[in-house]
Amino acid sequence: MAEQGVASVWRRIKAIYTIQGNMCETCGTYYFPPRPVCPECRRKGKLELYTFKGLGTIYSFTVVRQAPEDFKRQMPYVIAQIELDEGTRLTAQIVNVDIKDVKIGMRVRSCFRKIKEFGPGGIIAYGYKFEPTMKVTGHEEKPIPKGKSQ
Amino acid sequence: MVGIVGYGVYVPRYRIKTSDIAELWGEDGTKIGPGLGVFEKSVPGPDEDVATISVEAARNAIKMAKINPLDIGAVYVGSESHPYAVKPTGTIVAEAVGCSYNMTCADFEFACKAGTAAMQSAMGLVASNMIKIGLAIGSDTAQGRPGDALEYSAAAGGAAYLIGMKNPLATIEETVSFTTDTPDFWRREGEDFPSHGARFTGEPAYFRHVGEGAKLLFKKTKTTVDDYDYFVFHMPNGKFPIAMGKQIGVPKEKLEDSLVVRQIGNTYSGSAMIGLARVLDIAKPGSKIFVVAYGSGAGSDAFSITVEDAIEKTRGAVPTVDDYIERKTYVDYATYAKYRRKIKALG
Amino acid sequence: MSNRVAIIGVGMCKFGELWDQNLKDFTLEAGMYAIFDAGVPGSDIDGMVIGNMSAGRFTNQEHLGALAVDMGGLGDIPAYSVEAACASGGAAVRQAYMAIKSGEHNVMLVLGSEKMSDVNQTEAMNTISVASDWEWEGMFGATFPALYAFMARRHMYEYGTTEEHLALPTVKNHANAAHNPWAQFQSPVPIDVVMKSGMLADPLRVLHSAPVTDGAAGLVMCSEELAKKYTDTPVFIEASDQRSDTLALHDRKSITTMNAVVSSTKGALMEANLELKDIDVFELHDSFSIGEIILTEDVGIAKKGEGGKALEEGITEIGGKFPVNTSGGLKARGHPVGATGVAQIVELALQLRGDAEKRQVDGAEKALAVNIGGTGATSIVHVLRR
Repeated sequence: MAEQGVASVWRRIKAIYTIQGNMCETCGTYYFPPRPVCPECRRKGKLELYTFKGLGTIYSFTVVRQAPEDFKRQMPYVIAQIELDEGTRLTAQIVNVDIKDVKIGMRVRSCFRKIKEFGPGGIIAYGYKFEPTMKVTGHEEKPIPKGKSQ
Repeated sequence: MVGIVGYGVYVPRYRIKTSDIAELWGEDGTKIGPGLGVFEKSVPGPDEDVATISVEAARNAIKMAKINPLDIGAVYVGSESHPYAVKPTGTIVAEAVGCSYNMTCADFEFACKAGTAAMQSAMGLVASNMIKIGLAIGSDTAQGRPGDALEYSAAAGGAAYLIGMKNPLATIEETVSFTTDTPDFWRREGEDFPSHGARFTGEPAYFRHVGEGAKLLFKKTKTTVDDYDYFVFHMPNGKFPIAMGKQIGVPKEKLEDSLVVRQIGNTYSGSAMIGLARVLDIAKPGSKIFVVAYGSGAGSDAFSITVEDAIEKTRGAVPTVDDYIERKTYVDYATYAKYRRKIKALG
Repeated sequence: MSNRVAIIGVGMCKFGELWDQNLKDFTLEAGMYAIFDAGVPGSDIDGMVIGNMSAGRFTNQEHLGALAVDMGGLGDIPAYSVEAACASGGAAVRQAYMAIKSGEHNVMLVLGSEKMSDVNQTEAMNTISVASDWEWEGMFGATFPALYAFMARRHMYEYGTTEEHLALPTVKNHANAAHNPWAQFQSPVPIDVVMKSGMLADPLRVLHSAPVTDGAAGLVMCSEELAKKYTDTPVFIEASDQRSDTLALHDRKSITTMNAVVSSTKGALMEANLELKDIDVFELHDSFSIGEIILTEDVGIAKKGEGGKALEEGITEIGGKFPVNTSGGLKARGHPVGATGVAQIVELALQLRGDAEKRQVDGAEKALAVNIGGTGATSIVHVLRR
């Protein structure tokens, strides 16, 4: 038996580290996390691996003020649904931001952080969080109009 | 010739003022900054460590170099604060930046010069044609025992260098090292905080090794201080590199541009490498840079570097050292203690 | 096969933090109550279903079907345990409905139960969080309240729903629960207290959220034919519909509507041959107040975006056109997750029998319950008629 979390994190490392999902070549829809079957095309679908650019906007968000033990050190923290430029959404923390500045529509980019520790002696799960785009992230602060980002 | 084909840095967003730390321990806050030459230091967020800092720096380096990460043949991460005692940081970095599985990887440890040791190893592999490009990282989230002198300077940050032959933006003409067994600073297995020899860390340790390293490099390259436009020394604080410069006759203005320690503190394995990045951010093609990194225990790695024309095309692609220095949010000591796991009850 | 399914007995324990009772104790209490209410001999019961979300994590006990039959002294009858997160209770009712309708079972005991207070508040929240997509939401720090907060924030953004609106379901449901002797909280809460309560996940506050509750509810169900033998006041399940949606909230085109609720409500009303305007009383899943606002819209009481307004206008109060959560809802009756779907049906059956005392909706004949699992990945709707 594997130590808690080890295999379950390991088998998702590519997806979590690099925001790798898939794209259906039949219908052009992007999926994250990667899916085994395109729900639009089913058996006609052709899913190819796709690494997302890691840019998007905040679709909705909240400030978590009651959290599991692993997140206590970070409280209060911002978690959001992010709409990636490719059109798919995912759930991630927003870091490097003042809570009062977070807004729906805010332009964000992915960064690499610790997601969770499985106890003090357990493994550390790393992966994507998001931060506001700004000069220091190497991105324009202004949102890119929809459709022009590709 | 072997050179730097890309570089990137990362410094966490949080800062604590050294005067705030001083006041907590009943010291005179107004004296500590000027006395040590460190006015504020970077603090990693609760979800940042050497792996995350290394990945951010490496991603910047790859973006700047415009290389395919599949061409990286070696990933070496130097640090004294690897997140795991056993299990490499480098594999996390390699996977996160999209390296091939057909490459070599290892973690380095040599106090504050683990990152430059990684650079030398990558240079060797590139020069011998064993690999095309090597990724060498120096990164730390250094800890100082609460109330200890180190607490004023122990900071977090990292730099990543891509070493290769093709279109380098700076060439590395020569590197030398000077190594002895000198226990000026150490951390035993299982200990949370390092111990040090206080004033013993100065003359027999830092100054001897940096000085000897510099001398060796001058001798080997048949150069003098006058042949270089910039000097970068390891920065345990703001005073040591200046005193070192004085000892070997470096004019103040040749050292000034690398002294990031004043605003971000000592980033250990990242220290000299971020200092070098600060110089590369601004140096004109043709400039010559003299770098000596120092690691307790003890040793020094010295490099003679020439900036190439290619550097100008890389500018603006990724955040500079100054961009990171200017992005800051101050935290108080309580927040710092929470983030840095100094509150033990939190686990 | 057109045989209707009847509810002939209902029962509950008082919901709350039942420190002196374990899962077995109060589950038995609710079941016995339902059996006595039905006036059915135990030996006539030929099958049992129990809805429960996570006894394994809450109390280290699974295999609840066998446990309940054993404790209840129901002999060797088949016992099924079903799980659909917070919709486990509704799923249990639907399983019995299908079993009776198919003719496989004649008289069934349906239970819903959850013992939540034997773990601390954080662990209770963690356990409920696994109703969402743990690998892609929970692990990244999205707690269950956080996911509902995404919906609330987006609802405010898209439709101008206000913080006052978010407080209204709580105020209404507490006022209703004041007349429900089984409710966890039987006292009214003024709106300013709700609006000043502690923040859980902005904009959701503690008093926008259903509490941690221990409790169980039970029903005795049988065919229409048999019902006459036991009771003069049967309540019929006219329709049962269940639909699914994506497990993760971020995979939905819209997070301000629950497609599974829209389609299961439509399906159930069609099956019952009724329209929404025919329904006299509702139980809508209000694990968070934004849930009640969204469901008020999705079942069709209010137009999309106007759920808050409907609450403001009192349409969903007792005495209003479409009373919602006369029991106090999940917020005030309490929300022992596996019990909730059954407790909703208990309340509606009482309403249709005219036994709801001070919270009675006059002349109620038809009722509808929506029980949600997770953030809307499961929706189970039942339409009842007397």
